[in-house]
Amino acid sequence: MARVSIQTEDFDLSQEVAALRAGNGGVGAVVSFIGTVRERSEGQAVSAMELEHYPGMTEAAIEAMIDQAFKRFDMLGARVVHRVGLLQAREQIVLVAVSSAHRGQAFEACEFLMDYLKTQAPFWKKETTPSGAHWVDARVADDAALARWGIQAGNA
Amino acid sequence: MKLQVRYFASLREALGATEAVDLPEGATLGALRDTLLARGGRHAEVLSRGRAVRCALNQAMSDESAVLHNGAEVAFFPPVTGG
Repeated sequence: MARVSIQTEDFDLSQEVAALRAGNGGVGAVVSFIGTVRERSEGQAVSAMELEHYPGMTEAAIEAMIDQAFKRFDMLGARVVHRVGLLQAREQIVLVAVSSAHRGQAFEACEFLMDYLKTQAPFWKKETTPSGAHWVDARVADDAALARWGIQAGNA
Repeated sequence: MKLQVRYFASLREALGATEAVDLPEGATLGALRDTLLARGGRHAEVLSRGRAVRCALNQAMSDESAVLHNGAEVAFFPPVTGG
């Protein structure tokens, strides 16, 4: 099964986790994170969000992140699904799921992958609000999150 | 050498998705940015060094010290905001 999918369609957490666990009896823990479209951002209503990416580089960047995670953590599998295109408020955007023998490594690897993805994967969000559509600014806090893992993001 | 330059997000809206640029072999990514800046207009505005612009060389995050070769794909884009 592919480790990375960039797609316009929605995803199903149960199916993704089942596929991640399938065929590996050594799995004792699965940790997953789902990011969704907030219906408010900085005090403004958000009705929809357009997600652009850099085809080719996006997949390569996330594959490299997963390789990094396997080097750092004692994990058994990983799955990343990121949607692109037009998303409505409250829809799912991203899934990161990690399987391991015990929970500690799965929690850490999942957070590491999300922190990495936020600042190193080439995605851009454009929000639709009552005052018009605007590109979302990168957050310095996301660079700081990756710095905790000893990696300088240099994004925001 | 021939380079393919790609833009994404707000830079794509200002400059278009792609353009071809001819530069002497061995020029750096920073020299390419200088060449684009020298065109003035929207290029000078959105690629200004006062702005947060990130770049990639052959689909990997890079910086302005990178040396370019014929056929390279260079991309300029704003800080990423996925997840």
